[in-house]
Amino acid sequence: MSEHEYACRPISEGIGEGEALLSTDALCFALCEPDTGCVIESGHCLDGRSVAGKVLVMPTGKGSSVVQADGLYRLIMKKTAPAAVVIQTPEPVLVSTIIAMEVPLVDEVDPAFYDDIEDGDRIAVDAVAGKIVVHRRNGPGEREAR
Amino acid sequence: MELTSLELDMLAGKHGEGVALAMKVQVGTGKAFYAKRMVPITRTHVAASAQEGDLYFVTKLLDLGARCVVSPTTNPSMDTGYVEEHLGPLTDEGRDRVQASNDAYRRIGATLTLSCTPELEKNVPAFGEVVAFSESSATPYVNSVLGARSNRESSISALCAAVTGRVPEYGLLLDENRKGEVLVEVEAKIEDDFDWSLLGYAYPQKYKGAEVPVFTGIEKRATPEGFVQFGAELATSGAVAMYHIAGITPEAPTVEAAFGGNAVKHRVTITDADLDRVREQFSGESGPIEYAMLGCPHLTIRQVGEVAALVDGKQLAVDTWILVSSLTLELAERMGFLGVIQRAGGHVVADTCMDIPGCWDAYYGRPGVTESQKCAFYCQVYGQRYAVRPLAQAVQAALAGEVVK
Repeated sequence: MSEHEYACRPISEGIGEGEALLSTDALCFALCEPDTGCVIESGHCLDGRSVAGKVLVMPTGKGSSVVQADGLYRLIMKKTAPAAVVIQTPEPVLVSTIIAMEVPLVDEVDPAFYDDIEDGDRIAVDAVAGKIVVHRRNGPGEREAR
Repeated sequence: MELTSLELDMLAGKHGEGVALAMKVQVGTGKAFYAKRMVPITRTHVAASAQEGDLYFVTKLLDLGARCVVSPTTNPSMDTGYVEEHLGPLTDEGRDRVQASNDAYRRIGATLTLSCTPELEKNVPAFGEVVAFSESSATPYVNSVLGARSNRESSISALCAAVTGRVPEYGLLLDENRKGEVLVEVEAKIEDDFDWSLLGYAYPQKYKGAEVPVFTGIEKRATPEGFVQFGAELATSGAVAMYHIAGITPEAPTVEAAFGGNAVKHRVTITDADLDRVREQFSGESGPIEYAMLGCPHLTIRQVGEVAALVDGKQLAVDTWILVSSLTLELAERMGFLGVIQRAGGHVVADTCMDIPGCWDAYYGRPGVTESQKCAFYCQVYGQRYAVRPLAQAVQAALAGEVVK
């Protein structure tokens, strides 16, 4: 187990911890099935994977002005929302929705984070102090052997 | 972010906890975008969509004592009386949520227009006017076609703006961010409203960046409906809140003016093949359908007239719902279109959206036809299988009871 810390900017304050779920596509929470948190958007790189309890790492948000909030709310009610969200570029609908729904959100993460992070790493997002701690289950050597 | 003493008091709760919550969301959003200050707004448009998340937030603001200082127009929810009479009983949950949503928005001080096309009627901003418009199809229209200034607001942030009477100044409120950065060379033929919706869906598939695109190669101005559909699909497939069309939209008399000295950061070409790919993606399965759902965004009186002409003297084979604003419904009655469509077995209904959970359950998991990629996209979550066709073809499908390739 190794531990790495990266600086980031808090947007929506709070603390969240979970497995990293890496997305190269923007996500709309309305296209997640509320009972499971599974993404149901065909063609999305996370199609079929669940955001529940994960730290969702994605470029930005997308989707219409109402459904983003409604989608996230449904996930929160079913306890299938992400534990925290890490984005590269803020998007107004996503940002205001996440602040209002009180999910931790950060951006402007140390670029090294994106070089180092792998899907499934355990991450703690501290959107108060402005830091992300990544716990690696495997060292780099074991990782390659995996 | 520099706040005035009034704004600091609002944030600190001296004007009530509801105002403080609204300010907290807005200041947080403003900080995320490095806004330097807040600026007053003169119009807002909010959701009132009877969706769970939206109802949660408006109720929270109300319970904390917030009231709107700029009365917003609202998106549709549902004419539950009409739908219950003609489709069957709604779930208690759905009916109660619509009632609760309408009540909450009335109490907080919204004007219950219940239409998703405020930019065409009842809340039309002027050039340069700073506004806060949610409804992702309206936002690109007010920015691009009218030249007003709105960021892409969520239902939540627009309601906060209605409560505080101001917005953080960032993004599309600032001159420098309204200039183009992406050159879109449209080689595809863009002739009718449906072509505009295909173009709107296709562009974000080819370039996902949030920079303002400048569309070139288009000679013919879109109809108002074409612009509405174009914006709706740009915001469904991507998150585009502003575009220019060289020689057509008001801040783009020329390509050079649209870029305003910016370098071309990215080039995109849109061909007929790109449009065909979207057409194919949403073509659905050919075969029998059980309903037609038209009006996402709401159809205009011109479109209702077209539907009436197509169904005049005929019988629709499946439930056919034509969703419109209350003004359009009134006009449809005056013009005789309503009678024609009703005699054919169709429904023209005001105040209503196809995406109200617990209200259209009869069609969940069932095949239908629509003119809107946006409708098809968002109703996937209910298992609704839509074939998307141009309006006239969708009406033909409803008459025949089946879609053909």
